[in-house]
Amino acid sequence: MEISTAVFYLIALITVGSAAVVTFSRNIIYSAFSLLGTFAGVAGLYIFLGADFVAGVQLLIYVGGILVLILFAVMLTHRITDVEITNRAAGRIPALVIVGVFLALLIQTVRETPWVKVKEVAYQPTTAKIGDLFLENYLLPFELASLVLLAAMIGAVVLSRKEIKE
Amino acid sequence: MIFSPNELSSYLIIGAILFALGLFCVLTRRNAISVLMGVELILNSANVNYVAFSHFGSGNLDGQIYAMFVIMLAAAEAAVGLAIVLAIFQLFHTIDVEAAETLRE
Repeated sequence: MEISTAVFYLIALITVGSAAVVTFSRNIIYSAFSLLGTFAGVAGLYIFLGADFVAGVQLLIYVGGILVLILFAVMLTHRITDVEITNRAAGRIPALVIVGVFLALLIQTVRETPWVKVKEVAYQPTTAKIGDLFLENYLLPFELASLVLLAAMIGAVVLSRKEIKE
Repeated sequence: MIFSPNELSSYLIIGAILFALGLFCVLTRRNAISVLMGVELILNSANVNYVAFSHFGSGNLDGQIYAMFVIMLAAAEAAVGLAIVLAIFQLFHTIDVEAAETLRE
């Protein structure tokens, strides 16, 4: 086995295993820290797919931003571990059946579809091309995304401040 | 089918497993922050599919651009979602999504 294949197996195992801990752990602190493994593993998959810039963005925003935000929320809401996993409404067993059937369907579809094979994949830096695309073809969505981020920032500030009642 | 880094289907299967785990998390958790973690897993699985198809498909970078937009919106979603969770916690003193079902003070 080549070393890159072994590394790929390891990354896939870390990604899926951490995601399983996120989903099945009864302690929310373990879940929050396992998200780190999932995000870092997905960044490794991006590197295997030749997307170096997206991998960097994934590490910066997910690991550096969203994960820290989630940990802050966990710490700020104490008594958080009191809320256990539900067994009312949509309980674990029906959810397990639904998700299992869905996953089997997805995997079967992936296995049976004849995917087109690429001949030779060239790994090359993508950052400059992505920058060009953002300022040419995707200029309008790019500007809209900045507006969305501004709106989200204002919304988060408004939602989380304390109301001072006269 | 071989599970190797040079096969599109292996990435799609990892994406499918991540999606299923995230969906299970969203369906069964009552803790609002855990539900948000499930949503992050689902968004990550979609991103893996985008980048994989971009790499093995046409060869241009459109899929990576889409993945980056998804990451951007995930950041916005996490900020607003967690602000809402904190507001709910201040109001109801719990973040059980079933306890916070009234929409008035």
